[in-house]
Amino acid sequence: MDQRDNTSHSRNAGAFREGFKDGIPIGLGYFAVAFALGVAARSAGLSPLQGFAASILCLASAGEYAGFTVIAAAAPLYEMALISFIINARYLLMSTAVSQKLSSDTHPVHRFGIAYFITDEIFAIETRQKGYLNPFYTYGAGAFAAPMWAAGTALGILVGNMMPVRLVSALSVALFGMFLAVIIPPARKERVILVLIPASFAASYAFSRLPYLRDLSSGNRIILLTVILSGAAAILFPHPSDEDAGTEAGEEAV
Amino acid sequence: MSKNINLYILVMFAVTYLVRALPITLIRRKIRSPFLKSFLYYVPYVTLAVMTFPAIIESTQTPYSGIMALAAGIVAAWFGASLFQVASLCCVVVLIAEFIIV
Repeated sequence: MDQRDNTSHSRNAGAFREGFKDGIPIGLGYFAVAFALGVAARSAGLSPLQGFAASILCLASAGEYAGFTVIAAAAPLYEMALISFIINARYLLMSTAVSQKLSSDTHPVHRFGIAYFITDEIFAIETRQKGYLNPFYTYGAGAFAAPMWAAGTALGILVGNMMPVRLVSALSVALFGMFLAVIIPPARKERVILVLIPASFAASYAFSRLPYLRDLSSGNRIILLTVILSGAAAILFPHPSDEDAGTEAGEEAV
Repeated sequence: MSKNINLYILVMFAVTYLVRALPITLIRRKIRSPFLKSFLYYVPYVTLAVMTFPAIIESTQTPYSGIMALAAGIVAAWFGASLFQVASLCCVVVLIAEFIIV
């Protein structure tokens, strides 16, 4: 029993370290994006401390940006609730996906903990994890990324537009680079994903340009396209589930 | 006014957290439906792809540097570069491209 405890303890520590390492590029990208967000927060009248609090609590780029515009407009509180729900509704899908990556003996407390760290980027690296997700992997990633997000926001409010445009522009693609590092390697092995990615690019581009469709908020666009394209792929190319069985057996052997 | 802002932040936090927490805490079982399993398997790829493009060409000073970063990122990821390497490469490509064109 002691032995088992020790191994699971060191496994958690290992997962935390691995998550922390993968969280470094996320944190750096966050810092740059949050800086820009801070500029919006500043014009909405937030103090650096309030910006820090909003970011450490919400960890949501588009959601916070929309929230700050609600504050700037002094709109009613229910509008804040509504807009936060709509823009962040994609997290419902991600949260459902992550629920399937947890082993059944994951303590309920960890479910609340992991939920806090469901962001586009941390979700992305969780997707790459083989087999079950160790909650400490998520905590490791968040331990660096979340404070960077909050600090970036606060700093953006403090020093505003002093960061060179070139640097902001360059750093702003860091997060997209990370997304590519997650989705491209599996495309090499799986033909469906190889087709699905360019199809998603094309559909997303079309939705951002076509009349009526381009009026959708980016959050709604993401949800709509995710449901349509993943649904179509699931109907046309059901994913063989023997892979899950394989990893589950592997988990047990460990 | 300042107290008011804190209230807004609190509402934003409560709603954002609930959206994240409800599915993961309520869905405790493995989903058995082959359709739903396949659907959830494809979700990350579609979501991340949709979020990447065209946003990557809209976030840079000129779309061209964004396109170059996209191409470089795809090639690097295809040949097995790590998360950090792909992310940094994209940044460097934009920095260099914009020194030349902007």
